[in-house]
Amino acid sequence: MTIQATSLAMTPNPWVAAVMIAAIVLTSTTGEVLTAAAMKSIGDLDVIRARSGLPGAIRAVVTCPLFFAGVFFLAMAFFSLLFALNHLNLSLVAPASASLMLVTNTIAGKIFLKENVDRRRWAAAGLVCVGVYLLAH
Amino acid sequence: MVHHSLSSRQYLILGLVAVCAPLGDSCLSRGMTAVPSISLAHPHELLGSLIAAVFTPWIAAGIALLIGFFASYLTALSWADLTFVLPATAFGNVIVVLLSRFWLHETVSLERWAGIVLITLGVGFVAQGPALTERPAPRAEELRSEEPVATEVRPR
Repeated sequence: MTIQATSLAMTPNPWVAAVMIAAIVLTSTTGEVLTAAAMKSIGDLDVIRARSGLPGAIRAVVTCPLFFAGVFFLAMAFFSLLFALNHLNLSLVAPASASLMLVTNTIAGKIFLKENVDRRRWAAAGLVCVGVYLLAH
Repeated sequence: MVHHSLSSRQYLILGLVAVCAPLGDSCLSRGMTAVPSISLAHPHELLGSLIAAVFTPWIAAGIALLIGFFASYLTALSWADLTFVLPATAFGNVIVVLLSRFWLHETVSLERWAGIVLITLGVGFVAQGPALTERPAPRAEELRSEEPVATEVRPR
């Protein structure tokens, strides 16, 4: 009876599984983009550290509101992952979310961070995406 | 796009990003499997068990490595694009598989070797290109916005 319940828990509706994985990917991508934007607005940490020492670099990071917004979404991504792992198999969640995150982060980097994503970076994102899927599958 | 070549120190930070995360996860995994089962059935014992777990050597090492990862990751994002740093973080997966093959003598399937080759190619592609998208400096923009005003003033 317990085994049946467990196996049922591990095979939910495909749409529900897709929503869970999408939640991980979206919250994680939002967190990564906000964190990257925060670090760009702060400037080169190596330069700040050379100028005002490690406490100055830490102060520059922890006084940036964007940084905390990013950390909030990364925490949401972590809890979404825990929730998904409670209902889905690791062998599905890990490769699917890791591969999709690379693609969504590349798209978000181009749109929101205005990064110059040339053919080389698209190719790299594609290769790493398939590679991560093969490694984790 | 202007080519931003990285210094050896910046390559070292990217290496730390790639190495610290998988090693930290491995230490946490090893530490948590050694800890007695923590149950949600006794909430008053939960906090004490988790605090005790933090001070076990493997978990403490895992936390230290993950703090190192986050610090290196933030530093890398301050001088490189997100689309440059992310493939570097994925290289950590390759390190884990190589460690499991040559240190733990685990069997690595053909699919995983193919994955290693693809990730290595992807990281190689990105590493050859510029690390940061070139943007005009704020001072240059200010100067440019002031230029038309300056040209309108003509000597009589």
